[in-house]
Amino acid sequence: MKFKLNVWRQENAKSAGRFEKYDIDGITSGHSFLEMLDVLNEKLVMQGKDPIAFDHDCREGICGSCSLVVNGRAHGPQEAATTCQLHMRKFRDGEEINVEPWRAGAFPVIRDLAVDRSSLDRIIQAGGYVSVRTGAVAEANAIPISKDVADRAMDAAACIGCGACVAACPNASAMLFTAAKVRHLNLLPQGQPERDMRTIKMVEQMDAEGFGACSNHLECEAACPKQISADFIGELNRDLATAMLRARGASGNASAGG
Amino acid sequence: MALQSNCPTGPIEQRWEKHRFNLKLVNPANKRKYEVIVVGSGLAGGAAAASLGELGYKVQCFCYQDSPRRAHSIAAQGGINSAKNYQNDGDSVYRLFYDTVKGGDYRSRESNVYRLAEVSLNVIDQCVAQGVPFAREYGGMLDNRSFGGAQVSRTFYARGQTGQQLLLGAYSALERQVAAGTVAMHTRHEMLELIVIDGRARGIVTRDLSTGKIDTHVADAVVIASGGYGNVFFLSTNAMGCNVTATWRAHKKGAFFANPCFTQIHPTCIPVKGDYQSKLTLMSESLRNDGRVWVPKSAEDCEKKPGDIPEADRDYFLERRYPAFGNLVPRDVASRATKVVCDEGRGVGPGGLGVYLDFRDSIERLGKPKITERYGNLFDMYHHITDENPYEAPMRIYPAVHYTMGGLWVDYNLMSNVPGLFVLGEANFSDHGANRLGASALMQGLSDGYFVIPYTLGDYLAKVAPTSTAKDVTKDHVEVKAAKKVVTDRLKTLLAVNGKRTVDSFHRELGKLMWDECGMARNEKGLNGALEKLPVLREEFWKNVCIPGMGESMNQELEKAGRVADLLELGELMCRDALNRNESCGGHFREESATEEGEAKRDDEAYCYVAAWEHTGEKTAPTLHKEALEFEYVKLSQRSYK
Amino acid sequence: MSTQASSLTNTTIGKKMVMAVSGLVLFGFVIGHMLGNLQVFLGPDAINGYSHTLHATPVLIWGARSVLLVAIVAHATTAISLARLNRAARPVAYAVKKDIATDYAAKTMFWSGLTIALYIAYHLAHLTFGMTKGLGYQHLPFDANGLPDVYHNLVQSFRVPWCTALYVVAQGALSMHLYHGAWSLFQTLGVNHKRYNETLRSSAVAVAMAVCVGFLAVPLAVLFGVVK
Repeated sequence: MKFKLNVWRQENAKSAGRFEKYDIDGITSGHSFLEMLDVLNEKLVMQGKDPIAFDHDCREGICGSCSLVVNGRAHGPQEAATTCQLHMRKFRDGEEINVEPWRAGAFPVIRDLAVDRSSLDRIIQAGGYVSVRTGAVAEANAIPISKDVADRAMDAAACIGCGACVAACPNASAMLFTAAKVRHLNLLPQGQPERDMRTIKMVEQMDAEGFGACSNHLECEAACPKQISADFIGELNRDLATAMLRARGASGNASAGG
Repeated sequence: MALQSNCPTGPIEQRWEKHRFNLKLVNPANKRKYEVIVVGSGLAGGAAAASLGELGYKVQCFCYQDSPRRAHSIAAQGGINSAKNYQNDGDSVYRLFYDTVKGGDYRSRESNVYRLAEVSLNVIDQCVAQGVPFAREYGGMLDNRSFGGAQVSRTFYARGQTGQQLLLGAYSALERQVAAGTVAMHTRHEMLELIVIDGRARGIVTRDLSTGKIDTHVADAVVIASGGYGNVFFLSTNAMGCNVTATWRAHKKGAFFANPCFTQIHPTCIPVKGDYQSKLTLMSESLRNDGRVWVPKSAEDCEKKPGDIPEADRDYFLERRYPAFGNLVPRDVASRATKVVCDEGRGVGPGGLGVYLDFRDSIERLGKPKITERYGNLFDMYHHITDENPYEAPMRIYPAVHYTMGGLWVDYNLMSNVPGLFVLGEANFSDHGANRLGASALMQGLSDGYFVIPYTLGDYLAKVAPTSTAKDVTKDHVEVKAAKKVVTDRLKTLLAVNGKRTVDSFHRELGKLMWDECGMARNEKGLNGALEKLPVLREEFWKNVCIPGMGESMNQELEKAGRVADLLELGELMCRDALNRNESCGGHFREESATEEGEAKRDDEAYCYVAAWEHTGEKTAPTLHKEALEFEYVKLSQRSYK
Repeated sequence: MSTQASSLTNTTIGKKMVMAVSGLVLFGFVIGHMLGNLQVFLGPDAINGYSHTLHATPVLIWGARSVLLVAIVAHATTAISLARLNRAARPVAYAVKKDIATDYAAKTMFWSGLTIALYIAYHLAHLTFGMTKGLGYQHLPFDANGLPDVYHNLVQSFRVPWCTALYVVAQGALSMHLYHGAWSLFQTLGVNHKRYNETLRSSAVAVAMAVCVGFLAVPLAVLFGVVK
């Protein structure tokens, strides 16, 4: 198979980027999209040109490193799959393919197609954990958790933190990521003591990073390689409202007491 | 130099407790004066950095990925073992210990393995408390399954994403410490050199992969948890970035490399489809519970459609060779049997490198819905990758490199022979002997990180004055500067070669050579051949590799080149180790050491030891040190699955 | 609680909730307004009587007007603040971007809202304040009894084709705006449930259609001479 590629090239965060056109030949339908880029990169290296930088690691759809917008879709045309799991048989022979990085102010470009997603880590730092000391914990079966709750927490926890939700959202909002992370822990009994603080702090951090707001376009859900439901966003909204109400009540009582 | 394992003595079930009591403690007020470097942020590194930060040490953690949550521990599918005996099926700490020693073909330390089995109980408690959503029964209790042919159900799991969920637990604990200011996290940083001063590990040199900046970091101890070296084979189930650089640099600075030839080949991977292939995908070995493995009896039938081959012309070779265990023989046995039939020319699919894993009989017996319920996601994955529907035609599978049991030599405290250098998880050699049991890698990583290093590191630190007060080593120290210069010089040399071959072309060639001569079966002739070819390949690499661009920016070719350069050297040591060990044990199969039926034959008289290799210089052969293995509890016997 | 909980409305989620709640108020008004309009079909006495009752109870009309004003101001200012925030969140646009799940209504919320706002200004000027200069007819603020004559004002103005045309355009914008707003406010307020999501979506379509038909019935009836 042959393809015409239109790839975003950018030296670093500060420089302006541009599209470059590449012709590539000798690709089979079994090549993954990233293997096709490998072939192109080897060619570029042999021509003494800089290969295209892109993030990738596990190549089995679980590490969340790969992050390409292919023909206008985060992770490309294959549903429920990361870019590394996208195969060239999804494209027509001779097709022109447009490749761009995740575009968001909170994801500055490092080089070419590689972006800095540390903003997602900082959302976790704000409260995406259960504060337990190593070793100071109860016996694992001490708290029974109904299968429904455990399964639903697992649905949320399946998030691989790739950022496709942000890339696909017309507002570059990180609501699906934040909602999945907040709800995973808020659903479980272990997450209850810190529930309100976690919700408030993670949402505040999400805003501080400069992600957009949710306009319920549901593009995030459609782009998510792990098919995380946007219902979690509704649940996050509810959790935040109740957390804020309770926080107000608590601070009101405190000032009355003081 | 005699290797001191520092294993405690006495009744095995009391050793760890006794040892912990004897370990020195660091005064709480003094902990913050000690700086600790952790390289790697997977299950072992992440858990260690989080736990050490929480104890009050000043921790700096490094990973090459863009987030600590992306370490390759994330890809483990099946589960994590623990001797909880929740199923009341006769499991115990002792049984897990026994199974692990036996499964490792008697090439691991009893004391270490017992401790691993013991703290496996705490690991599950810890993960549950962190919010890891393990699978549950309808009553709300944790669910277990039997894994990898184990006779008890001791594996905890979270759908097919257990590694991911455990790593997210460790990652959340780590990020909590980052927020608390006890851990400084350096993502997109790669360790390129170990700094050793007066015989002690005192820091590392790193390269910032986004900017190319080379920096030095000084500390009181260095903990390496950088994973395994399966990528020496180019194609493996490892992530693309997995590498040996951190451990190899430490090895060249004096740390012994133990049992490098012990690699695990996983039998159920999707076969290679072409030269362009970049990695292999594993499918859970639970598939072997209901799938039957076969090839045509005659090589002429290999081109036929599987459905056109009548029952009488099929060879269910695992069931034939191992009637007692059938398709459920351990990983190493299944992989070798597969190689044998493919070597006979009876392999199927492209290049004859594949065997059928057939669910036809199971679908007939249990019905398609039941099979979908059990393996639906795996079938979908297979269908997605190969574009073939496994409900209609049998899957094709082939073994692939999956895990490396070898690694840096460590004592019972997980400290290498270089004082102050600790090694955890897959990066060390300690617990799995010559073969690792399914669902035990996650257990070891977390055990090392959460429940071993927090105690044993303190014992070491209590004996040394903190750098922050002693001020004996700073960034201006001559050795620190020298280490930095070594790194910048090496990078400059690489960039200056400007040859005609890509890094990947060298990596592919290395991988093929290693797979052919030091893969599933090894022999003296092949290994000697590889040992002649590898230095030639290495020399060509340094003369003819082509890396465009410069060092002062993100340069992924340069990153790869540095890793491949180290893998080329490691490959030689692996072959040397494989050549030295003229016995078959676990994942290491020497054709010279087989029974008449072609089964592995251990030689306990000659090889019941850990082979720890010392680097002696670029031009000289490494020196072999032997740590004798003693078995007080588990009786040495030949594994048999007939 | 140790966190210095800032107010909900400082968060993007809080802002969306302001949009949802104020939108809900305005939605209620729209329904009420539509039902009021439909009284045209009952003849001049019905709709004029309704208008008289309203005007005769200042608490009611001014109460309603103040609530509406607060809702409009909140809805508009928050919309502007969110739109700026969303624009800033993606400084470099995609050269190629395909949408999978979203629809035209959702993507044009800001513009349909702006269209409605402009129309409301015109609508108030026209029918409430009687600024009809140049429309080609005489505004008749009062009937023979000196009471406001809503009926004839309405009939006169909608006989002017472009008046009706403007109205139709505004209704189009309103229906789309209501369709997206009606289902998404449940998600924003977190009161949705996956069991009802499908029903919510189809109900939103039904409501938006009903409002559209309800509002358009009057001017079209006038234009085609059904109501005289």
